[in-house]
Amino acid sequence: MVSVFLENENDAIDREELYMIVYENVSKKYNDVTVVDNLSLTINDGEFVVLIGPSGCGKTTTLKLINKLIKMDEGTISIDDKNIMNIDAVELRRKIGYVIQQIGLFPNMTIEENISVVPKLLKWSKEKCHQRVCELLELVNMPYEENAKKYPNELSGGQQQRIGVLRALAGEPPIILMDEPFGALDPITRENLQDELKVLQKKLHKTIIFVTHDMDEAVNMADKIVFMSKGKVLQVASPEEMLNKPADPIISNFLGKLSFSPNGNDLTCADVMKKKVLIVPETKKTLECVALMKKRELNSAVVVDVNDKFKGAVTIENIREHGKPGEMISKILDTQIETVMITTNAKEAFDKLIETKADYLVVLDRDKTVAGIITGSSMTKALASVVWGEEN
Amino acid sequence: MEMRFVWQHLYLVGVACVFTTIIGLVLGATAYIFKFVRPTILWVVDIMQTIPVLALLGIIMIAFGATSTTVIIGIVLYSLLPVVRNTYTGLENIDPGIKEAAKGMGMTKLQRLFRVELPLSFPIVFTGIRIAVVTSIGTAVFGAVVGGGGLGSTISRAILIQDMTTLMQATLTLMAMAIIFDFGMGYVEKRLNAR
Repeated sequence: MVSVFLENENDAIDREELYMIVYENVSKKYNDVTVVDNLSLTINDGEFVVLIGPSGCGKTTTLKLINKLIKMDEGTISIDDKNIMNIDAVELRRKIGYVIQQIGLFPNMTIEENISVVPKLLKWSKEKCHQRVCELLELVNMPYEENAKKYPNELSGGQQQRIGVLRALAGEPPIILMDEPFGALDPITRENLQDELKVLQKKLHKTIIFVTHDMDEAVNMADKIVFMSKGKVLQVASPEEMLNKPADPIISNFLGKLSFSPNGNDLTCADVMKKKVLIVPETKKTLECVALMKKRELNSAVVVDVNDKFKGAVTIENIREHGKPGEMISKILDTQIETVMITTNAKEAFDKLIETKADYLVVLDRDKTVAGIITGSSMTKALASVVWGEEN
Repeated sequence: MEMRFVWQHLYLVGVACVFTTIIGLVLGATAYIFKFVRPTILWVVDIMQTIPVLALLGIIMIAFGATSTTVIIGIVLYSLLPVVRNTYTGLENIDPGIKEAAKGMGMTKLQRLFRVELPLSFPIVFTGIRIAVVTSIGTAVFGAVVGGGGLGSTISRAILIQDMTTLMQATLTLMAMAIIFDFGMGYVEKRLNAR
């Protein structure tokens, strides 16, 4: 169905025309504050460019200069070699798709009406508008029959922004501006939409300029990342290059967790242990203990004495085989559990886990109370976060 | 009490409110779009309400004589405030994201106003119209003074001849009118807001 879409439409617009966007020495001031400072930048036709930087770096202003929502003070921006100052703002905007964080669907219009706003402004025929709406909805797997007649408030946030993107695509603009479009969505929806947008971009070859402050998003989407700070461009590079060779300390700082740091030598057990452990006093009765394990969906528990000091551990099999109902678990306690101190180097703990072939190690604080346990999976997770960055 | 006065009263209110709505919307939208006339428009409609109705009618009568036209103009001037204010406020308070989207998509100012902003602010505008209608029912009573007819004349005649029955009838009719319009339009308003 997607190929039909491409064949039918001039989406693959006369490709002889090159929609290259060129900023030349562009500046914008608000009162005395320079928001965009003598910026020069070239965005190639069909490129997915992400503008990123700390808040207040001028990235949104830079974006809005293109469709003249903000007027620049100095310099020129040209699209396809035409100075945008010589193009009527309304005409210009109809040829540039625009997606914003607040989504901004018109609540008084149905989804179909929302999508066909620009086609109608461009005076397309009714049939052509309708056909376009059908194609676009199909593109994001939102069937026409189910969705077209709904109002925006009947859709979820993610669906609304899908429509927001379709609305921007509807007039077949060669350029699309996106101002933190997925910023207000939950992480899962956000990732889905990022993936969908990437697929769309591959199919439609639009020039997309995308503003975000999220480096994960930038790395995920961009052909080219433009890093801005205080109204200036600090670096223009592919995601790979930027991660490898950040050109400025501000960038490496911003990349932070994403940049590669193989240094796992100073990790201790505290960094790699699992803190959520079922701890039971040795005076607990067998059945109570089983009930607790069931509730937490665990198959073992760490046992401590009255002073909270570590005594041993019990497993559910253990209790089932040897325990009698009503008996204290201290009688069936396994005291031969491998332990490590919380300050122990993680690598030592890792070796111990491998050597002893134990399922887990109990991590003890200095006063012999239980701090956590280390399992194979907790160790893997910790190492992964060192290599690939923290998962939130 | 003759029914003819009731109809006359409703006619005065009805015609006046049609004009109030049209003029109010235009002024409210003008105040919203053109920053430089905004203070003037809002100030003038404010001031209008501070002039005593009788004085206002007297001034208009100089131009239009003792006719229903004078009364209708009086009611319109007197009830513009809520419609203008609510139109302006309604337009001003539309979600900035929606406004930005409309602008960014290449709608002209007028397209934005008619296709997006006015439809969205209509529930608030309607509240203004409801207030205008209910106040004009009371304002129209003063029409009797300048020969405009309506229940005002019934009341003033009843006072002259000390006809308590007619006086009460006319007063209760006016109250009922106000309450019916208030409730009826209030119901519509709720439906509009629920959308």
